[in-house]
Amino acid sequence: MQKESLRIHCSNGHLGFAPTKEESFWIGAETKPDYYCCDSGSDDIGPVPLGADKCASHPEWQKHDLELMLLAARKQGVPMIIGSAGDTGSDSRVDMYVGFIRELAKKHNLPKFKLAYFYSEIDKELVRGRMKAGEEIEGLDGRHSLTFEELDATDRIVAVAGVHPFIKALELGADVIIGGRSSDCAVFAAPAIYEGFPENIAYYCGKVLECASFCAEPYGAKETVIGTITKDDVKVTAMAPFQRCTVASVAGHAMYERTNPYYEYVAGGMMDMTECVYEQYDEKTCRITNPKFVPIEGKIKVKLEGSGKVGERFMGLAGIRDPYTIKNIDKVIQWAKDQVEERFAGTDYKLSYRIFGKNGVMGDLEPVKETKSHELMVIVEGVAPTATAAEEITMIGTRQIFYARLPEVKGTAGTAAFIIDEVAPISAAYEWTLDHTVTVDDPLELFPVTLIEIE
Amino acid sequence: MKTMKLVDLAKTIRSKNAGTDRITFDIIFREKAEYDLVRNSGALTKGTVAVLFGIPEDRIVDFVEFDPAYAIKFTINRLRPSGSYGEGDIFGCQQYPPLLDVEIPVE
Repeated sequence: MQKESLRIHCSNGHLGFAPTKEESFWIGAETKPDYYCCDSGSDDIGPVPLGADKCASHPEWQKHDLELMLLAARKQGVPMIIGSAGDTGSDSRVDMYVGFIRELAKKHNLPKFKLAYFYSEIDKELVRGRMKAGEEIEGLDGRHSLTFEELDATDRIVAVAGVHPFIKALELGADVIIGGRSSDCAVFAAPAIYEGFPENIAYYCGKVLECASFCAEPYGAKETVIGTITKDDVKVTAMAPFQRCTVASVAGHAMYERTNPYYEYVAGGMMDMTECVYEQYDEKTCRITNPKFVPIEGKIKVKLEGSGKVGERFMGLAGIRDPYTIKNIDKVIQWAKDQVEERFAGTDYKLSYRIFGKNGVMGDLEPVKETKSHELMVIVEGVAPTATAAEEITMIGTRQIFYARLPEVKGTAGTAAFIIDEVAPISAAYEWTLDHTVTVDDPLELFPVTLIEIE
Repeated sequence: MKTMKLVDLAKTIRSKNAGTDRITFDIIFREKAEYDLVRNSGALTKGTVAVLFGIPEDRIVDFVEFDPAYAIKFTINRLRPSGSYGEGDIFGCQQYPPLLDVEIPVE
C-alpha cells in the first residue's frame, strides 16, 4: 500500500567533506524517518580528485558519517542511500565505500543486509566509438561539442546518474545503496518516486534536501534536515536546535550553485521552479507547493564529467616586505619568468604566479588595482611533463624572486623571504576536459547495478 | 544624492561555482522593500556589474531577479574551468567582495 507521506533524513550536503554534526543527526533519527540519504560528491572540488582517482575528503570523516547513517538505518530497518561515493563517484571510490560499509557492519556485528552498488565511470573508447559513428557529444554551459583532441586529453570520465539506478537498487530490495557519480537531487528523488510519489514533488524534495542544512538559517553546515512529502507538497524541517527552515532560507537555497534559479536539468527531464509557492509551515518548517517537472522528449541525455592530466606540479612560496619591491612586483615576476624561459624555452611547461596582497584571490576580476599591502605572498605553480622539470621550473621561478634585479633596491642580500627554502611537490595538475552530455536508449545502460549481501 | 552600500541593504551576498565553467553571484534581501529599492535603482545591472569586475558584458551569461527569495542573481563565465593550474579560488566563493561596496541611491 502506498504511503501517504514519506520522510527523508539528510545529514550532510557532501558526506565526508567535513564531519556530520551528531546532535542534529540523532534528533532527526529519533523521529524515525523512512530513508537516510546523502550525496557524497561534487565537481566543486576541482578536476584533481577525478583525474588522479583519489578523494578530497578524509577517510576518517567519510567513515564517521557513513557509520552514523548505517547504524541509524539498520537499527530502524530502513534504507540508506549514498550518491557520488568518495567525492568523485569513480569506480574505485564506490569500491572503497562498499569496503567501509563492510568494515562498519563487522565492527558493529550488524545482522546481514543487502547492499546494492553501481558504477558510473565510462571508458573513453566508448565515447570515441560514439563520436566515430557520427554522434555529437554536446557541450554544456557554452562548451562546444567534444573534439577528439579533448577526448585524448582526458584520463577519467564519469557519467552522472539520475534516479534510475537507485530505483533499480530499491526494486532489488537493497538496504544500503552506494552510488557512483549521481545528480545530487536523484539520491532523494529516487526513493520518493520508488514509493509512488509524483515526479515533481520527488525532484523538488531532492533539490531542497541535497545540501542538508544549507537550506536553513542561520548559516551552519553539516546539520540534519528532514524532508516530508505528500503527493501535493514538500515540507523541510531543520533538526538543529539553533536552525529553522524559513521561506527566505529555502527559496534562497533553491537558486544555490546554479546559473538560473528557475530551472534545473537532470537525466530524464527538467525541474521548473518558476511557480513554486513557499510558506512558513511551523517555526522550523518551510512548505513548498507547485513545483513542476518536465520529462525530456525523446532520448535521455546523461551528463559526462571528465578530467585530464596537464602535467606534474610543484609549488613555491615567497614573501615580500620591501615597499620598493612591492611597488615593482610585476617587474620582479617578469624577471623570474624570464629566468625560467631562458632555461626551458621551447619545452612544454606552465608557470603561474598568484600574488596575495595584490590580486591573489580574484586575478583578472579584481577591481582593486592599487596594491596597498605592506607585504605580499607570491605563490608559484610550475607544471611540466616530468616531476624533475616541474621541480626545477618552480624552483627557478621561486628563487629568482630572491635574486630579482631592481635598480634602486636597498636590500641587496635578497629580495624575498622564504618560509621554506624548497619547493613542494603537490598533486599533478588536471583540467576539466568534459562537461558534456551523451544520449542513451536505456537510462540504466551506463550504470550497472550489483546486489551483494553483507554479513 | 544619498546612497547606501549594498552590504548594508542585503542579507546575503555570495558567489559560488555553478558547474565547472561558471561562477554565480547571489544578492539576497531580507525584505521586499530593499529588494525593490536595489533592483529599481539601476545600480546593479549587467552593465554596472561588467564594469565593476572589469569584464565584457558577454561574459555575464545570466542576470535574473528571483522574487521568491528577494534575490538578484547573475552568472559569469570563467576564463578556464575551475581548478585548472593557476587557480585562485577553486570553489569560486570569494569573488563577491567587490559587490559589498556598490553604492545604491536611496532617495
